[in-house]
Amino acid sequence: MTKHKQIRIALRNCGVIDPQAIGEYIARDGYQALATCLTKMTPEEVIDQIKKSGLRGRGGGGFPTGLKFEITRKSVSDQKYVVCNADEGDPGAFMDRSILEGDPHSVIEAMAICGYCIGADKGLVYIRAEYPLAIERLKIALEQAREMGLLGKNIFNTGFSFDIELRYGAGAFVCGEETALIHSMEGLRGEPTFKPPFPSVSGYLGKPTNVNNVETFANIPVIINKGAGWFSAIGTEKSKGTKVFALAGKINNVGLIEVPMGTTLREVIYEIGGGIRNGKKFKAVQTGGPSGGCLTEKHLDTPIDYDNLIAAGSMMGSGGMIVMDEDNCMVAVAKFYLDFTVDESCGKCAPCRIGNKRLYELLDKITQGKATMEDISNLKNLCTVIRDASLCGLGQTSSNPVLSTLDNFYDEYIGHVVDHKCAAGQCKALMKYVVIDENCVGCTACARNCPVNAISGEKKQVHFIHQDICIKCGACYDRCKFNAIEIQ
Amino acid sequence: MADTVKIHIDGIPVEVIKGTSILDAAKTVNVKIPTLCHHEDLCVAGNCRVCVVEVEGRKNLVASCAAPVEEGMMIKTTTAKVRRARTDLISLLVSEHNTQCTTCYRSTNCELQALASEYNVDSERYLSVLKPNLQIDKSSYSIEKDDSKCVRCQRCVRTCAELQHVNAIDVAHKGRDMKISTFMDLPMNDVVCVNCGQCVTHCPTGALTERRYYHEIWEAIGDPDKHVVINTAPSVRVALGEMLGYPVGTRVTGKMVNALKKIGFDSVLDTDFTADLTIMEEGHEFLQRVTKALKYGEKVALPMITSCSPGWVKFIEHMYPEHLDHLSTCKSPQQMFGSLVKTFYAEKIGVDPSKIVSVAAMPCAAKKFEANRPEMKSSGYQDVDAGLTTREIGHMIKQSGLDFVNLPDMDYDSYMGESSGAAVIFGATGGVMEAALRTVYEVVTGREVPFKNLAITPVRGLEGIKEAAVKLENVLPAFDFLEGVEVKVAIAHGLRNARTIMDQIKAGTSPYHFIEVMACPGGCIGGGGQPIPTTDEIRKKRIAAIYAEDEGMPVRKSHEVPEIKMIYEQFLHEPLGHKSHELLHTHYIKRKRY
Repeated sequence: MTKHKQIRIALRNCGVIDPQAIGEYIARDGYQALATCLTKMTPEEVIDQIKKSGLRGRGGGGFPTGLKFEITRKSVSDQKYVVCNADEGDPGAFMDRSILEGDPHSVIEAMAICGYCIGADKGLVYIRAEYPLAIERLKIALEQAREMGLLGKNIFNTGFSFDIELRYGAGAFVCGEETALIHSMEGLRGEPTFKPPFPSVSGYLGKPTNVNNVETFANIPVIINKGAGWFSAIGTEKSKGTKVFALAGKINNVGLIEVPMGTTLREVIYEIGGGIRNGKKFKAVQTGGPSGGCLTEKHLDTPIDYDNLIAAGSMMGSGGMIVMDEDNCMVAVAKFYLDFTVDESCGKCAPCRIGNKRLYELLDKITQGKATMEDISNLKNLCTVIRDASLCGLGQTSSNPVLSTLDNFYDEYIGHVVDHKCAAGQCKALMKYVVIDENCVGCTACARNCPVNAISGEKKQVHFIHQDICIKCGACYDRCKFNAIEIQ
Repeated sequence: MADTVKIHIDGIPVEVIKGTSILDAAKTVNVKIPTLCHHEDLCVAGNCRVCVVEVEGRKNLVASCAAPVEEGMMIKTTTAKVRRARTDLISLLVSEHNTQCTTCYRSTNCELQALASEYNVDSERYLSVLKPNLQIDKSSYSIEKDDSKCVRCQRCVRTCAELQHVNAIDVAHKGRDMKISTFMDLPMNDVVCVNCGQCVTHCPTGALTERRYYHEIWEAIGDPDKHVVINTAPSVRVALGEMLGYPVGTRVTGKMVNALKKIGFDSVLDTDFTADLTIMEEGHEFLQRVTKALKYGEKVALPMITSCSPGWVKFIEHMYPEHLDHLSTCKSPQQMFGSLVKTFYAEKIGVDPSKIVSVAAMPCAAKKFEANRPEMKSSGYQDVDAGLTTREIGHMIKQSGLDFVNLPDMDYDSYMGESSGAAVIFGATGGVMEAALRTVYEVVTGREVPFKNLAITPVRGLEGIKEAAVKLENVLPAFDFLEGVEVKVAIAHGLRNARTIMDQIKAGTSPYHFIEVMACPGGCIGGGGQPIPTTDEIRKKRIAAIYAEDEGMPVRKSHEVPEIKMIYEQFLHEPLGHKSHELLHTHYIKRKRY
């Protein structure tokens, strides 16, 4: 019933073919696109097709892929590089890993096509070392492609040569930023630098470099095979084709999905995702990972594409999509993402390195019930400064989770600050376990199971929880058979 | 004519060369944009974001140091948005900074303090709840590293990598743990650090400072049992004034001598004396090597390289340990002074050398390490008890309450207070070479070096590597094998340039006979112990003062200084003689990089 909502382009072969058998890829039109490009098309014609297809970068930025190819092609140099960004790092996202594990040849083929377009004979895949299976499959695929002459010198006897090397990332989130990625590949510290110059002009080893992510590449062979027109017929006016999302959170069907651009969040969550788990109420959906924002009920009918998500205060990102229900505290959600950013900031620029720490501390103060309204105003202010003044995309978007929750769930923030209440009951510091005197029979189960001896009371007498000792672990609540303990 | 770009900054039309940064473009119309991580010696980092400005049509603020101008840009440097961001950025930096400014060595000379005060930031606004307990690394004789005052601007990292090619410090970790660290977080004395102190002079705050010894010197001065002697290096006299209210490039030699006497030093002497002595020893060592090579065909290490700069010496020990034989065996002037103070001088004035405290006033951080090298005990005692920086001397004078500006000039004491103009130019890059050539040329030919007013201009200036050639003609009979030989020399300053020179030697392609290397850009006038800031403009002014000082000296050549003649007659007997070898020459240590 949900199948028809999905179209698989990037994931077309995943789970269908044996990724370690090149023959199976070829049987499904594999390397057909590369052959077409090399033997029947000029690089300009290929670039033209990709431009016409409307394909935009799937790593998050949404830059038109064909235009990027064209700019890199026009950069004059004796050596150019194609780089595949496989440094996927959003929490809970695994789109690129699945493609590399399930269909590595689609990326290899596309990189060769890119090499042909821009005039590069060397490609590099920057892949997280934490993806051992993807690395293994990629290695096997590279070997097989070389054996069949699909990589190496004089491919299809056209005089075009291309080969690919792997570079391993140590798992720093910031290395997904293209300048940081390039520095990391060069053996330098994975820190971003200011642009311009863009990698298309001066990238790896100072040479023009075309950086695209895995999913972007995986689309390219299909565009060549089926035509730009076929591809651009899918999607919305400015966002063409499909997008893979990693659906996660409080939803019945979790996992990877691939939907045409323009599908609404409602369709994704309720039809494909099967709705909220345990019949709970939908509260928010977080898209775009740590750089994205939280969208609410009112955004559910928004067609998903690059521009709509940004207009709604979030972003496409690389495709993380986490659904939250009424039990999620939105301040805690923002804090979770900030904790991630604080850890993953490279530390180079001051607003990102220090500002996010202070944001985290302010959010922590709010969840502790110790914040004032002045803190809320400082929080807002700081978010703006971090967004406006940070060096790279990581810092410029790091405050999005806070800004979007402030926009959409301001009442929840106020609840924490003014009423000292966490509506979702998630912020431990703001909740209280208390005995309901009428229900308590004095069985002592709660007192015996309290790990910090916070409960006193004689047998068959009403018990009492000492709030100054209680660590809010919930053991009493779980143990009580008489519904005599409630959470306030 | 290079391509130009027309832009507007705060409504003022500006036309600058394409590729100019917004920051530099603003300077041309006197619009001051504050900076912190930016330093004109170093590559652009764009870290601190304090220099952000608004560019019409751009969503985000732009770091003006890093952004090149583009045709038609409308730039605004003081909008509400910009001011808000700057104030907050400075607040954020302050939020993580150890703000015990009252006790900080860099107080009143701290760029963060100045910015915080200029923007009147609220230090409580984004108060950090977690101030990590960071230790001060005092393991090095030369450099103290206090992470609690570090603003992570990475100027030190860029200095160590770009200017000095040493890479002793780098950025480690990421996120909340990001810090400036050494290899494996080892203490500073256990890493490849050469103690040049350039990181200190490029640090905007008090995170990197020289290790101070002046408290101990105050104690020694106060001890009636001690005879405290200070000698002042050539470049201190042209920079000290900057700390005491004078414009850059003012010579304060006489006032400095007076102040040091008033402070209570028993004797104020001149390192220039041993600079002249270095020329005598090193010049003859060079002639000896050349004689062996050209006359007798012996295998000797040429080119010979100067050894006055202790940062450079440790650099070659770490980086090119297989080429130490190229270094002159002469000790630096500081160390020659030390060993003579506790022997020759002690004897002359009749003081027990064990009671002498020998202090050197130096433009240098590495001199502190050098003074503590275990082999520097030729006199039977630690030859130099303490090396103080120009900055420390400045602080001592301030602490003494002296009205420095109104002090009358005084002359150096004797013995070892006399010197030549050749010695004072040791303070500028090329100076040692020029001084050596003035003497060596005359020793070989019997005539003065053929340059107007003795100014050997090809070896002067701030170019990274300078070359010169002097043809020897009509030589004295003793040097007939040198007739017609063109002596090729090179001068490198800044260890980046020293590396180029050494790589040539390593490859066997070095065309030179004699090379001068100074660890610090500009030579000692730009040393790691000099007043902060130091930029090329400041270096030029200090250098000009050095050459003016030379021209004003009655004696311009080392071998003509009466006290130099006297010490050879009465004590050392001859250059490279037995006593010289004992007291004035040294050996080097092969060091590892890790």
